[in-house]
Amino acid sequence: MWNWIQRFSSPKHFYSMSVPLIKWFAIAALVIGLYGLYLGLFVAPTDYKQGDSYRIIFIHVPAAWLAMFIYMVMAVSAGIGIIWRIRLADMVAAASAPIGASFTFLALVTGSLWGKPMWGTYWIWDARLTSMLILLFLYLGYMALQSAIDDQRSADKASGLLAIVGAVNIPIIHYSVEWWNTLHQGASVAKFDAPSIHIDMLIPLLLMAVAFKLFYATMVLVRTRNESLYRDRNRRWVREIVEKL
Amino acid sequence: MLKAFYHLLIRDLRLALRNRHELANPLIFFILVVTLFPLAVMPTPEALQTMAPGVIWVSALLAVLLSLDRIFKQDYEDGSLDQLMLSPNPLVILVLAKVLAHWLLTGLPLVIIAPLLGLFMSLSAEAVEVLVYSLLLGTPVLSLVGAIGVSLTVSVNHGGVLLSLIILPLYIPILIFGANAVDVASSGLPVTGQLLFLSAVLALALSLAPLASSVALRITASR
Repeated sequence: MWNWIQRFSSPKHFYSMSVPLIKWFAIAALVIGLYGLYLGLFVAPTDYKQGDSYRIIFIHVPAAWLAMFIYMVMAVSAGIGIIWRIRLADMVAAASAPIGASFTFLALVTGSLWGKPMWGTYWIWDARLTSMLILLFLYLGYMALQSAIDDQRSADKASGLLAIVGAVNIPIIHYSVEWWNTLHQGASVAKFDAPSIHIDMLIPLLLMAVAFKLFYATMVLVRTRNESLYRDRNRRWVREIVEKL
Repeated sequence: MLKAFYHLLIRDLRLALRNRHELANPLIFFILVVTLFPLAVMPTPEALQTMAPGVIWVSALLAVLLSLDRIFKQDYEDGSLDQLMLSPNPLVILVLAKVLAHWLLTGLPLVIIAPLLGLFMSLSAEAVEVLVYSLLLGTPVLSLVGAIGVSLTVSVNHGGVLLSLIILPLYIPILIFGANAVDVASSGLPVTGQLLFLSAVLALALSLAPLASSVALRITASR
């Protein structure tokens, strides 16, 4: 079992294995995303209060979910990298950070564009906006630490530890900010009783969330491939690939 | 084990006390930054009162942040940190001793001087009392969490800005509840909830932060 994991997670094996995965994830993300956008923009009913401007949630909410999801992926794979010394896990964590930061930024920008007509202001110090902003800072801190240390292995370990510390802190930050101030509407989907959102809006929202996750899967595979090429640039398997070109 | 803890604590305190002017720097910085605010805005008692909790807490946070280097930097540079890691005593205990020394030298003086600053900012007596309690519970957490950051960045050249970048987001819950407690107290409302939250975070940081910090030190030492 252990040998199998070791071999499976070697960058060389990953490099050749990830080609079909990238292809299928990309196709699935495109198809589901386009269908979700079509349902969201043309089929879903207009909101009685917010008009058509609510439709930005089909981008905003999946981006915000994905931003948090990526941080968890990052922390878990950094933990795997530190505990079992699997290099591929470190690479996944390092490759995820810029994607996560971008989606956090996207969630903040779409949120503030929506906030202008709805709340009358681009920015307000509301709990969820602030948590997202702090999440962005956590990503930036991770990336800064990663690039500040020259030695790749200790850079991975150090920033990985920071990601884990951040993951422990995220619930604390989230609830303290929540308690501190709240204007953002409560969660509409993740409730245990029936969701307080119309089914015709919920379906495109969930489709978009799936499409975003698939897009992330595609991107993280591409970036991890590049990362493994770069890190192993002096190893034989990379030279063999380069010579074939 | 306890002996090692005690000796390391005494050593750090003694080293710091032989270098007195450096000891006073964070404290002076704290007072200075708080003094800047009344100069920058209209110093009416009402305006100061609403600002005071935030201003005092942010200044305390920055003062601790700037002094964090002290925990490990010197020991890293002269090699005694490596010796500590080679010792048979658990590194967690030694880290805890160093963090406690740091808190006694920076956090505690801030707590002691805080009532004076509360006076500057025309806080009521009840609010000043809560300010002291909140700082007493909050500043150890700042030292504990900060130690993780220093352990990660101690080998990085010019790690100062990097340190603040990775540590400040982690300080936010403390800032929120510390400042909020003082704010609520100055309107005469009960603050048990906030103080209990700060105590809970302190318990959590006390049990987990030295662990994370010693792992970080081992990572730093292995490069």
